[in-house]
Amino acid sequence: MATSTPTRDAYAPPPRGSQQKPVNARRQMWRSRLWRFDDKASPYAYIAPFFLVFAAFGLYPLVYTGWIALHRVEMTGLDQMEWVGWANFDRILHDAEFWTAVTNTFLIGVMSTVPQLLVALGLAHLLNYKLRASTFWRTIILTPYATSVASAALVFALVFRADGGLLNWVLHFVGLGHTNWANGEWTSKIAISVIVIWRWTGYNTLIYLAAMQAVPSDLYEAASLDGASRWQQFRKVTIPSLRPTILFTIVISTIGAMQLFGEPLLLEGGAIGATGGTENQYETLSVYLYNYGWHLGHLGPAAAVAWAMLALLLIIAGINWLFGRFVRKSAV
Amino acid sequence: MRITRTVAGRSRRAAVLVTTGLTASALLLTGCSSDSDSSDTSSDANGKITLTVADYGQFGYKEAGLFAKYHELHPNITVKEDTTAEEKNYYPKLLQQLTSGSGLADVQGVEVGRIKEVVDTKADQFADLSKVIDVDDWVSWKEKQATTKDGKVIGAGTDIGPMSLCYNTELFKKAGLPTDRKAVAAKFAGGWEDYLKLGEEYQKNAPAKTYFMDSASAMFNAVVSSNPKQYYDESGKPIYKDSPGVKQGWDLAAEAADKKLTQGLAQFGDPWKAALRKSTMATVVCPAWMAAQISDAAGEGNKGKWDITTAPGETASNWGGSFLGVPTAGKHVKEAGELVKWLTAPEQQAAVFKATGLFPSNKGAYDLADVKTGKLPYFNDAPIGEIYADEAKSIPETVLGPKDADIKDAISTQINNMEQRGTSPDKAWDTAVDKIDKVIG
Repeated sequence: MATSTPTRDAYAPPPRGSQQKPVNARRQMWRSRLWRFDDKASPYAYIAPFFLVFAAFGLYPLVYTGWIALHRVEMTGLDQMEWVGWANFDRILHDAEFWTAVTNTFLIGVMSTVPQLLVALGLAHLLNYKLRASTFWRTIILTPYATSVASAALVFALVFRADGGLLNWVLHFVGLGHTNWANGEWTSKIAISVIVIWRWTGYNTLIYLAAMQAVPSDLYEAASLDGASRWQQFRKVTIPSLRPTILFTIVISTIGAMQLFGEPLLLEGGAIGATGGTENQYETLSVYLYNYGWHLGHLGPAAAVAWAMLALLLIIAGINWLFGRFVRKSAV
Repeated sequence: MRITRTVAGRSRRAAVLVTTGLTASALLLTGCSSDSDSSDTSSDANGKITLTVADYGQFGYKEAGLFAKYHELHPNITVKEDTTAEEKNYYPKLLQQLTSGSGLADVQGVEVGRIKEVVDTKADQFADLSKVIDVDDWVSWKEKQATTKDGKVIGAGTDIGPMSLCYNTELFKKAGLPTDRKAVAAKFAGGWEDYLKLGEEYQKNAPAKTYFMDSASAMFNAVVSSNPKQYYDESGKPIYKDSPGVKQGWDLAAEAADKKLTQGLAQFGDPWKAALRKSTMATVVCPAWMAAQISDAAGEGNKGKWDITTAPGETASNWGGSFLGVPTAGKHVKEAGELVKWLTAPEQQAAVFKATGLFPSNKGAYDLADVKTGKLPYFNDAPIGEIYADEAKSIPETVLGPKDADIKDAISTQINNMEQRGTSPDKAWDTAVDKIDKVIG
């Protein structure tokens, strides 16, 4: 527990001269004990608010969800809980719809995250040049992020509508335009990915841009003196300097992809949206959870899905960590 | 120096105490503040009361001006309506509020597909209306649905949905079919098989890009609801797998999908509404409340194009309808009971019928002029009062189940898959069984 912060033990009270009385000495001792207690205890008190709030709004719901996952609980009678052990997990793990949802979540996650981060990187690189009205461009890029999921999803629902949708109208000029976007196995996933990409690219662009501006300019100078082209500078200077930032955005996007909910729910809306399409073609795990718990009213399996999602996230985090370690090693 | 440090230390401790105290009280506050919200503002010193009616979709009270009228009759009572657009979103919220006992309105609507579940699991949280209303005023089966085993009545019937068929006369004419009500009804006097045959006849000369029906799931619902036993038996056991009504409805739906007689649009969704506006569907299976949905979606531009006739085979059946219940958690249970009694009385039900076409469940209303001679201008002045009142009397008493509404949804989705994706009937049925098992859970 070596720490570089000096504690108050290190502070020796300045000598007050020899005229101090023994009574004072006892008080002094009492006081120094208090000092020490203060040193040990007060840091915990300082951080207590966070942990109290976390316990109430983070840990308690997490544990309670786990508790519910082991019971049969119906929306019609939350006070009647019946112990069923692992039955709920058994049920969802043997449910084909659950695995469809896992696959969909993963596919939509990849389809939205990868292009989104690549485009963000490119845009950040462009914005990093000396531009006229750079603040304007940066604001424009971030605007989609400021819209709410619901309004974005509803607008895109109009764009992707099969009958009279904007996209089909545009496509009909080139002889296409009869695509029922929400109905197709892949087209529905593309549609949802587009909404996600549209909303989040600007956010990631700004993060990359901030990181790029922190790269010392002498690196670029040195590189250009060595005759490196723009592209080479980007690859050999910018990207390596951005590695921690890229890792951060990947983690954030992965979590976001795991929790994808509003977009699939609202693409068609209503009862169809709540099951992620008539054949669950775009049902994500969150939608599956929502449907199980809130429409069908079976809270036990819904809670089990929540824990399964946590487990999946931990697995992905583990893979990420291993991958990160591998990348760091190979970089050295 | 020493002194300043001590002071700093003390104030720091004080700050810690304050912070912890604040956090704790904040937590307590958020924990406790939720159970006392319902009606602090609902009554003031002068004995004025505000009653809230929570419902979904369209109950027609606003359209008929009934809340304003009630305020005129009872100047100390103001009625507020809190409407959720879709019943699917309304019901889970109602269950949560019943469970936590907070946030409930003074009067809550309950749909017929849910009433069994509410009667089975939540009856103790509703006031017994059997002393407020006279259950014999209603069509025989309506109030039975809202009655518990020990005779408690938790809801007063609002509307019912006797079945008819709405058809687009313009499309019928273009396809060379008769347009007169009697002549159309005669075409499918034999039942739903005849209806599909008429569909094939329509398809032969139909204008391009039009379909005979909107969705086979509507036909399925109509067929199933004409059977006394549907998805559950009297003991509450799910029997949908062997129910003859379900089988007949499913086979007809599969046939309609196979012959491409349907546009395959999920009802009430945006594409469905757009199709009505564009007049691409020749018929819509029409429980009484559907007329308002059609005229709303099709718009003024299509006024006079639609007409209403009896359902195929003149089968008497009911699809939909609602109840009004009074949660005991409310502050004005007695006044709310009176309001419910008034709203469901014959005169008021007749007023709602006149304004929106929602058909009364209170028998007394059938003899009132507004109902008896009721016509719908939008539908070529179809004599709906006559059509529905005759039928309402012969509707069979049906066995309801707790998950009727969700089972219906699951089957409708699979019928849509047969229509839109050409999923084979067997595969669609297997999926439906899968989903229904999940619903029943």
